[in-house]
Amino acid sequence: METIKLQENFDAKIDRGDMIEPKDWMPDDYRKTLIRQISQHAHSEIVGMLPEGNWITRAPSLRRKMVLLAKVQDEGGHGLYLYSAAETMGISRDEMIEQLHNGKAKYSSIFNYPTLTWADIGAIGWLVDGAAIMNQVMLQKTSYGPYSRAMVRICKEESFHQRQGYEIMSVLAAGTPEQKEMAQDALNRFWWPSLMMFGPPDASSPNTAQSMRWKIKRETNDELRQKFVDRTVPQAEFIGLKVPDKDLKWNEAKQSYDWGTPDWEEFNNVIKGNGPCNKERLAARVKAHEDGAWVREAAAAYAAKQQQKVAA
Amino acid sequence: MEKHLFNYLLRLADSSLIIGHRLSEWCGHGPVLEEDIALTNISLDFVGRANSLYEYAGKIEEKGRTEDDLAYLRNEREFFNNLLAEQPNGDYAQTILRQYLTDAFEIHFYEALTKSKDETIAGIAAKSLKEIQYHLRHSSSWMLRLGDGTEESNRRLQNALNEIYRFTGSLFETDDNDSALTAAGIVPDLSVIQQLWQKDVDTMLEKAMLKKPENVWMQKGNLQGRHTEHLGYILAEMQSVHRAYPGVKW
Amino acid sequence: MSNNNQGTLWEVFVQTKPGLPHKHCGSVHAPDKEMAIQNARDVYTRRSEGTSIWVVPAEAITASSPEDMGSFFEPANDKVYRHPTFYHVPEGVKYL
Repeated sequence: METIKLQENFDAKIDRGDMIEPKDWMPDDYRKTLIRQISQHAHSEIVGMLPEGNWITRAPSLRRKMVLLAKVQDEGGHGLYLYSAAETMGISRDEMIEQLHNGKAKYSSIFNYPTLTWADIGAIGWLVDGAAIMNQVMLQKTSYGPYSRAMVRICKEESFHQRQGYEIMSVLAAGTPEQKEMAQDALNRFWWPSLMMFGPPDASSPNTAQSMRWKIKRETNDELRQKFVDRTVPQAEFIGLKVPDKDLKWNEAKQSYDWGTPDWEEFNNVIKGNGPCNKERLAARVKAHEDGAWVREAAAAYAAKQQQKVAA
Repeated sequence: MEKHLFNYLLRLADSSLIIGHRLSEWCGHGPVLEEDIALTNISLDFVGRANSLYEYAGKIEEKGRTEDDLAYLRNEREFFNNLLAEQPNGDYAQTILRQYLTDAFEIHFYEALTKSKDETIAGIAAKSLKEIQYHLRHSSSWMLRLGDGTEESNRRLQNALNEIYRFTGSLFETDDNDSALTAAGIVPDLSVIQQLWQKDVDTMLEKAMLKKPENVWMQKGNLQGRHTEHLGYILAEMQSVHRAYPGVKW
Repeated sequence: MSNNNQGTLWEVFVQTKPGLPHKHCGSVHAPDKEMAIQNARDVYTRRSEGTSIWVVPAEAITASSPEDMGSFFEPANDKVYRHPTFYHVPEGVKYL
């Protein structure tokens, strides 16, 4: 079939809301966009293990320790599902890891902020996972089958993540003055970076229109961001914490909040590598990979020897 | 008898917590993603077991101490975990070896503990035994792969063995505290477990092409709360937040 | 051997209850089949989702092509006589 016909078929499928599957014909740009997006998503899960992992050994109770371990482990699992989904498009996990390590591939800028106190673990679960879930719920309906299926699984597993974060925050907010201050400080530091997680404003988001056309994304960055603000502000009020935005105001007419402007210059700089922890995060990933090289080699060598024995 | 049982439960709980803590240090840093996830599963089993054991110990003691009080508010000299558990992760070979030596002990120990006359202990042991069977399967698989993998992996595993084998004696340490419990059928006789362990370990070392260290002077002292220097750092880190804000809820 | 070696890709099929079919749920990397089963257990049954696991090397799977969709599957569409509801049975007759 010539390309024009294939393209028509593809467009028709997208318009009907059919899923695209790995062996289906797809335009090069669709493939490229998805590989970029899915691998970026996978990297975010893996790098995202680090700021939270930073507190596993210091979690203040056995219960919190177990919950945090299980949660960070889930992030690893989700990275794995996503790498697998990307692999169906013909890129290997090796290649994706290589792209992360050499800086070619990006990951969510939020993970370049440090976790300074225990309350940050609450703030990350509540805000960062909260923001991530809004994105992921939408992506369950994304047009690429394997990506959508990975998302369904991830959303099912993620549902406890945000709750455990909010639980940590609500316990702290209802605790001693010191604990409440710790919670408020974490909210102050993570609020704006969480809003930036939805990506640049629609007006300056180069990929949004095409991604919407292909039904890779089903809602724009700004739509999701507004939804997040509308849902999260009452949650903060409920536990007596204050969202650090002086322009925040309920707008009765549009039945949602008006709010300030994120510092996009900071956002762009963090993406460029100038965030507080970019270097540490990447260095930790590279170190784990390099330190693990001899382990992977040993396992491969053992497998090869066993195969030879079977063949002999 | 209650005092003896309390002491014994602390030893088991401390050993579970400390090795669980060590394994949790790998989370996010494993040699391959699948292995990262596997180690975290194992870590979770240990911390969960420690939690149940502390809870029961607190009940036996009848002083109103919770599992967190026991885990977070005791000092170095009041911890009784075996010395192997607190050894650093080192490279992956050392972690796997430490785990295998522990699993090979626990599989026999907890199996015997399922027959304890104390029903709560028998119950915890039965749940743990299933977990341990999997731990042993995992660590054994890696013992073979590292031992019979590449020259480098064999060398690293051998180095780890030379380094930490001297702490295995502490798995089998026993004192007057235990004799009454053993006589009452509440806990097993460790000398029997040691024979089973040694046999399994010898077989595994041979399969993994490793040389068992000769004439090793075994390090002991954990039953008196004497540890290697590593434990102090583990506790300093683990207890820091909990102790900085005394008496609050988390 | 490459430093990047992540091992072979395996497809994972999990049975969620005894008696049900095994269903594809994702993939793992592993150097051999033994590790593949263990990895699949650790990755895909963390929430007691499984009673049995199959792993298959991804390259051992042959899939039909999307182009064959028409010729493979449409001819069955008009063969309604393969379905029990195609047949009329007098009312009141039992055990049919």
